[in-house]
Formats: sequence, structure tokens, C-alpha cells
Amino acid sequence: MKNLWFHLMPYKDLPDDFREEHPSVWVDIDSGLLDAERVHQHYHEYLDELEFAGEVGFDGVCCNEHHQNGYGLMPSPNLIAATLTRRTSAPAICVMGNSLALYNPPTRVAEEFAMLDCMSGGRLIAGFPVGTPMDTIFAYGQNPSKLRDRYYEAHDIVMKAWQAPETFAFNGRYNQLRYVNVWPRPVQKPHPPVWIPGGGSVETWRWCAEMDYVYSYLSYFGYKAGAATMQGFWDEMDRLGKDRNPYRAGFLQFVAVGETEKEALELYREPAEYFYGRCLHVNPKWASPAGYQSEATIRAKVQSQVALAAAQSRAGNGQNGGGRPGAMGAARDWERILDLGYVIAGDPDQVAERIRQVCIDLNVGHLMLLCQFGNMSTELAKYNTRLYAERVLPQIQHLFDDRWEDAWWPQPLAERATARAVA
Amino acid sequence: MVAATAGGTRHGEGGGLMVQEATISVGGHSVRVLTGGDNPSAPPAVFFAGIGGLPAWVPFLDRLAESRRVIVPSLPGFPGAENFRHLDTLLDWVVHCVETIEALDEAPVDLIGSSVGGALAAEVAAIAGSLVHRLVLIAPFGSHDTEDPGADIWAQAPGPDSIPNLVCQRPEAWKQAWQVPEGAEAIDYQVMHARAMEAAARFLFPFGDTGVASRLHRVHHPTLLLRGSEDRVLPASSNERFRTALRGPTRTGVVNDAGHLPELDSPDDLAREITAFLADQEIA
Repeated sequence: MKNLWFHLMPYKDLPDDFREEHPSVWVDIDSGLLDAERVHQHYHEYLDELEFAGEVGFDGVCCNEHHQNGYGLMPSPNLIAATLTRRTSAPAICVMGNSLALYNPPTRVAEEFAMLDCMSGGRLIAGFPVGTPMDTIFAYGQNPSKLRDRYYEAHDIVMKAWQAPETFAFNGRYNQLRYVNVWPRPVQKPHPPVWIPGGGSVETWRWCAEMDYVYSYLSYFGYKAGAATMQGFWDEMDRLGKDRNPYRAGFLQFVAVGETEKEALELYREPAEYFYGRCLHVNPKWASPAGYQSEATIRAKVQSQVALAAAQSRAGNGQNGGGRPGAMGAARDWERILDLGYVIAGDPDQVAERIRQVCIDLNVGHLMLLCQFGNMSTELAKYNTRLYAERVLPQIQHLFDDRWEDAWWPQPLAERATARAVA
Repeated sequence: MVAATAGGTRHGEGGGLMVQEATISVGGHSVRVLTGGDNPSAPPAVFFAGIGGLPAWVPFLDRLAESRRVIVPSLPGFPGAENFRHLDTLLDWVVHCVETIEALDEAPVDLIGSSVGGALAAEVAAIAGSLVHRLVLIAPFGSHDTEDPGADIWAQAPGPDSIPNLVCQRPEAWKQAWQVPEGAEAIDYQVMHARAMEAAARFLFPFGDTGVASRLHRVHHPTLLLRGSEDRVLPASSNERFRTALRGPTRTGVVNDAGHLPELDSPDDLAREITAFLADQEIA
């Protein structure tokens, strides 16, 4: 299996009363809370952490795209990835990803990803999210009724731009380009592996199967809440006649490793409660603009909520839907966070055993790990990262190797140039 | 392009008024047309519904039908006309509305548009003025000022009360209009409403500004411009910008104790205002 180190790059100085005094961490977050000098420090610490993860043995390092967001200081993940091409030499660079409909023209994504693949010597994983409503509809003003069609059209442009042998014209519904001929082209042929971060929509699962892309479920709510979604994904793969190769799937999980379980529980309480309490304080009015979800997804969601309510009623539990962030809200205190599986915490052996079981149960070959979260110090982030790399990873890294090959992993050049010291 | 199919008839509220339901085809897409009015020789009035549309005939249409033949074609994506995603630009929407009125074969008509329907009614009057006799606009979308913006109707917390509380002074009136009939599925009505909200967003997102202000100088029709006194979606300044740009004789008015959709909040008062305006114009 593959272990990838994922950074959100949260702002660490949201005040204690953030939930009470501020409406949202996203879209209209108070700019008065931001200290650019602190962000300068954050970026260097966060890049250090990503580079460190590559050094200590993670298979890949991940960055992602959010806009007007207090827990994601990466409106341009490609800038971060560009620095990683110079300061790391081995790990895959997973940009998770570029929200295709936000780029005008979409050939910009084809160009920048091709640059990253060339700069890194073929280490790029190309992530293509639709993007959240907060990012796409409200921060970037995309029309919710046209977002998905624009996304699919942009995808078609990018894939053709990478592979067409000659200059071509694209006369689409939303994009008209008379001469498409991107330079450079990616090192990886026919193109870098494509991973699709998605929610639980059956349309996305089918599309990933049809295109032979990796489906990545990037939830902040851990393996317990994610199990039903991954079950739905694999059931759909069965229906479509696809094999159950775990490398078809990616999954995000928070981890907190200590020398002992007691130490882990002490060390990671504050950053976890900061993340789930402040970073996920999103005004619900941004969550579901009309048109963002397909009608099929609306029907599925309503039905699942009904099913959930019924299940809770049967169990006599009106508290929280198995950690699913719905109308009832997500857990914010450390004990509930652990209980619901948002964060896997413990000593290295405990974490390894739990991770192994999660990957088997969810049948996931690409595990994306958040070892830094919330206001975690860079020292603690590196401590967590090192313990995982040195004590957890060796116990699980060969999982699935006996049965499956990863056809969705980068194929870098054997001989790669690296940054030289300034003379 | 346009074809009519047979429809059914049923009684309106109170059992008195016969409402006919027919389906026409506009550009190859089905459009439900409800027609009510006991006097077949009464002048026709076409109503374009406000945001969300109308799942069924409502009391406001009954009141209006006391003196008019009221014809209600569903706007694309609104209840009764499922398809709308083939319409990309504002021009596509306006052409659809022009062809809808042409298909009714009643022009020139008194054209009444509320909210989203008002935005399209104003465009039809500006672009295809010969189809319109008199124009009634009720809190029409179409003009936006960032200094006096009103609500962001597409950024509302999920839940069954958000939209009714925003668009109506009497949310129960909205819920009455959207009551799920016996034998129907609630989920179908939720999807129908979400679809109508998306359809509006398709040509109005993010501000509801269609740029109509630059075309209103082409509207020389007698026009009644109304809004609910408690409209929380569009501010009074929106109607005022329409008033200053319209070129026909224009009467303005406010429907008291009504929100963004007076046709649901205050059906009697709204129908009375409109009926009086149309009658005055006939005398003139």
C-alpha cells in the first residue's frame, strides 16, 4: 500500500472564541484575524514538514486547493508543489488537486501540471476535484448550475491537450479555443495518473470506473463515517464488473502517534479540538447552493438521512449520525473525536494495527494521512510524522503487495536532475 | 417548434373555477400551461411565476381570473417544465419565453411577472414588445446594486424553513402552495423545488443582475411596478431603478404585509391592484 502525507496548511491563530464571535472559517472569514507575518512563518514550517515527510519515507506528499479559507492556506497548490519538486527527490507529488472549472482557460491546468511533471521528473499525481461550493460557487463565483458541465468539459480539454500529437481546435459549450498546443507536455506518458477527490455520489464512482481513475474520499471524519461511502464505491465497482484492486481507491485519515497511548492522548488533544472546533466552523449557508448537487444525489442524500434518523431512533441515540457531519453537527471534543474515529491515536503498534484493519475493511490502497492538523506545532507535527514513518509504516507498507499492482502510481524518470547547492 | 397536446381540467380552490391543464412544446421541451377563468371572452393575462414556481394553481390566480382569462405557462425548470439545462445564456431564456407566448397564440397579452418571472417578463417586453399589451412587474429580478444588495437567495442554510421564511411574510402561505398532495412523494417535491432554484440560478446567479436596465428604454408599455412591503430578497431600490428606466406610463405600488412573493402572501390585495390597473388602462 501507499502512504501519502497530506497537508491542509491551517492558520494556527484563530482565537479561542472563534465559534462564538465569527460566522465562518470559510468564504467570509474575518480578514482582521490574519497576520501575514505569521503566514510567512507558517509557509516555511509547513514546507519543512512536507519535505521532512518525503525524507523519512512517505511514498508521497499531498497539497490541495482551497479559497478564502482559514484552515487551508493554499489557494494555489501548484506553487507549493513547485517548491517540492526542488526540495524533495523521491516522493510522489500529489496535487489534490486543481478545481478544473475555476481555470480560464482550462489549458492553464494542463500547462502547470505538465510543468510540475517535468520539474519533478515524472512524480506528479494529477488530482481533479470539482471543488467545494465554498471554493467554487461562493469564493470563485461559478454558476452552480453549470459547474459540473464546465468541470467535465475542462477535463476533456486537459486530457486532450496532454495527448494530442498536433495543435487542435476545441469548440465546446463553455470553452472555445482555436489553437491548443500546450508546451511543455508531461514526462509521464500518456499522462500522469489521475485521481478524483469526491464525495459519495454514484455519478463520480461510475465516471472514475469508466475513465480508470482513482477515486479518493477526502473526509475529515475518519474511517467509521467513511466506511459506508467506501462500501458504496466497491458495490458500484462490482456492479460495473471492475476488480476490487484497492489501488482504485484513496482515503484520508487523521493520525496521532505517541510513544505510548497515554502520551498520544495528551499531545494531540489541543490541535484536534482546534481543528474540529474552529477550522470546521463553516456557516451552513455556504454548504448546498441549488444546482451544486445533482438531483440523483439529492434523492440519495435525503434517503440516507431518513435511513440514518431511523437507525438512530432504533438505537435510541439522537446524538450524532455516526460521525457524519450533517444537520446534527460533528463532534468537537477529543473523547468524541476519538470515539467516532475521526483521529486514529495511540502508540505505534496500536496505530499500525488500526490502520491495517481500516485499509483492509475499506479496501483502500492509497492512504492519505494528516499528521499535522489544527494548530499543531511544527515540532509535534514532525514527531508524529517520524513515529509514523519509522514505527508504523514498516508494519503496513507491504499490505496488498502479494495480490495487487498499483496501476495508478507515477512512473518517474530513472535518472532525475535535482537542485544543486548554490556555488 | 410548438405543438399543443390535450390536457385535463379540474376545479380550482373552492371548487368554483375550472382550471384547464395542457402541455405545449417549446423548442422540443414540454411546458405545462394552466388556464383559469369562467369567461372565455375575457382578455388574456399571462403570469410568469416567482422564484420556485408554482406546483399548482393558487388563490391569487383565482382572484385574477374573476376578470381575466389567466394563463400560466411554467418557466423552464419550474414545476410543470422539467427541462432547463439546454438554456445557457440569458438570450436562450428570453427566446424560450418569447416562443412560449407565441405558442399560446393570444398576443398581445397582459404580461404579469413576479420575481424571477418578472425578470423574464421585462426582457420579453424589451425584446419582443409587440407580444405585450400591458406589463405588470412584481419585485422583478434584473438589477443589482452592491451598495444595497438585498439577500443572497442562493446562500441559505439548508432546511425546510429557510426559503419560505425568506421569500414570504407568511411562510405558511408558501407551505400551503407547496403542500404535497395525497399520493405524491415528498422527495419529488423537494427535488422539484431544488430544480426550480437551480433554474433561476442558471441565468441569475450570483446577483440576479441580467443587465436589463440597459434595455428598459425599449419598454413603452403601460406598466404596473409592485413590491411587497416586507420583501427581504430585493430592496426597494431595485424597483426604483426599473421605474426610472421604463419609458411607458408607469404606476408603482406596495403590497402591504407581503414579502418577496405577494402572490402567496397577499393574494387578494395583489389581485385587486392588478385588476384595477388593467381596468384603468382599458378606460383610458
